[in-house]
Amino acid sequence: MKTRRITACAFALPLLAGAAHAQQTADADTRSAALLASNCANCHGTLGNAQGAMPSLAGQQKTYIVEQMRAFRDGKRPATIMHQLAKGYTDQQIELIAEFFSRQKSAR
Amino acid sequence: MNTRRITRRDALKAFSAGAVVSSLSACATMGQKNIGRVVVVGAGYGGATAAKYLRLWSDGAVDVTLVEPSEAFISCPMSNLVLGGSKVLADVTVGYSGLDKHGVKRVRDTVSAIDVDKKQVRLASGGMLPYDRLVVAPGIEFMYDRLQGWSSAGEATVLHAWKAGPQTVALRKQLTDMKDGGVAVMSFPLAPYRCPPGPYERACQIAWYLKQSKPKSKLIVLDANPDYVSKKPLFSRVFGEDYKGIVEYRVNAPVNEIDLKTGTLVTEIGDRVRADVINLIPPQRAANIARDAGLITANNRWCDVNWTSMESIKVPNVHVLGDATLSAPGMPKSGHMANQHGKAAAAAIIELLNGRAVVPPMMANTCYSFVDDRNAVHVDSVHRWVPEKKTLEPVAGAGGISSQDRASWALEGAYAQSWATTIWADMLS
Repeated sequence: MKTRRITACAFALPLLAGAAHAQQTADADTRSAALLASNCANCHGTLGNAQGAMPSLAGQQKTYIVEQMRAFRDGKRPATIMHQLAKGYTDQQIELIAEFFSRQKSAR
Repeated sequence: MNTRRITRRDALKAFSAGAVVSSLSACATMGQKNIGRVVVVGAGYGGATAAKYLRLWSDGAVDVTLVEPSEAFISCPMSNLVLGGSKVLADVTVGYSGLDKHGVKRVRDTVSAIDVDKKQVRLASGGMLPYDRLVVAPGIEFMYDRLQGWSSAGEATVLHAWKAGPQTVALRKQLTDMKDGGVAVMSFPLAPYRCPPGPYERACQIAWYLKQSKPKSKLIVLDANPDYVSKKPLFSRVFGEDYKGIVEYRVNAPVNEIDLKTGTLVTEIGDRVRADVINLIPPQRAANIARDAGLITANNRWCDVNWTSMESIKVPNVHVLGDATLSAPGMPKSGHMANQHGKAAAAAIIELLNGRAVVPPMMANTCYSFVDDRNAVHVDSVHRWVPEKKTLEPVAGAGGISSQDRASWALEGAYAQSWATTIWADMLS
């Protein structure tokens, strides 16, 4: 199931590059990714645009987000909290989250 | 397609019957794509988030009406800092108008009844709102009936301040009015209660104020639980190091009696504690509107939900959020968690209104607690759907609490402040 989902997502998302939110929620995999990524929005802002000292994720490179999440998870990047939260998500989930935020517009 | 037709017909029926509140134009959604009507009861961390994300994720296809009696949102998280004196109530208050740009219809009113058969809610002002799906995010009710000697005469002087607002300000005033050398006491119930680390943060805030301004004073903390409910290694250290001689912490001390005349609390084992300022946080349950709608299913206190959709296990088409729910294993009753409930419900409702299968959510929690005016510590967890158990459970190995390195607590204080402004924007902007 997971493999199928990733494949479908990889296929669907390029079609949506730079698209409006309306189009971004059009397919099931993107809706799932939006729900998953909304775990992060409490601290990192709606669609990844944060306030104050919290880093924004909107518009970050997908590979950068994936690398940082893995570094937090594996204890290679020191953190106050992200080393604990990153351990809660699978590689596939991290990929989906990173893909989602990389496609959001940065408000900054 | 059927859904749309039914929705329009129902809307017309309601409109012609004069049942729709005048400020809500049923016509506004007639000309565009509309997959259903959702009424959200309560605009706290859960309800406001659900309302916003229902609009955001449906691209405006869900008609959302948010019913809330308060003029503005006042956050419980961060409100302990008002007691400490480093913040005022305005700092933890946010208006609701940011929801307007998402097309959330706001109704400032109280829901007086929910008719789950006719699928409509009655407003205190007399209006009626029909729904296809209802979101109930009602918060908590205090169980003063568990407290011997309690009467409404106590309401003005014995404060809970466990719903941020006028009581927060009034309790702050009691503390500033107290003489140096006075005794304050706080009492809180057995878990589960709203905000597991909250009472310990509050103790830190009151103690921090006393340490600065009234160092001869004392704070007695009566914890009904057998041990610290949250962040024990951190709070026990702060009580012992920062607030030594000020905080007197007692476990296994549930208060079940009060003498309002003398200002005395009586614990279960008969200890009597007289104090100049009493902060009494009673046991809690889901709020009355949830009870009256038949949503309470567990111990006469909490509402059991299906964790894939937040839908009540008992009442179809009604989704319950936040502290009112019977918490999943390891899941705290927190504002952060309620926000996650709101998103899970919003996603599920959109799928259901479209006749599609619901995708089980992941959820995460972070609770920061300030130990003084600028240093904060956290607890966090990640929760995943476990199909064989049909519930959400903490992911093993993930989550945790702050390190004991005090240098990091200042950084966490900055993050805690940013957490607040960001989550307030996530639900209200």
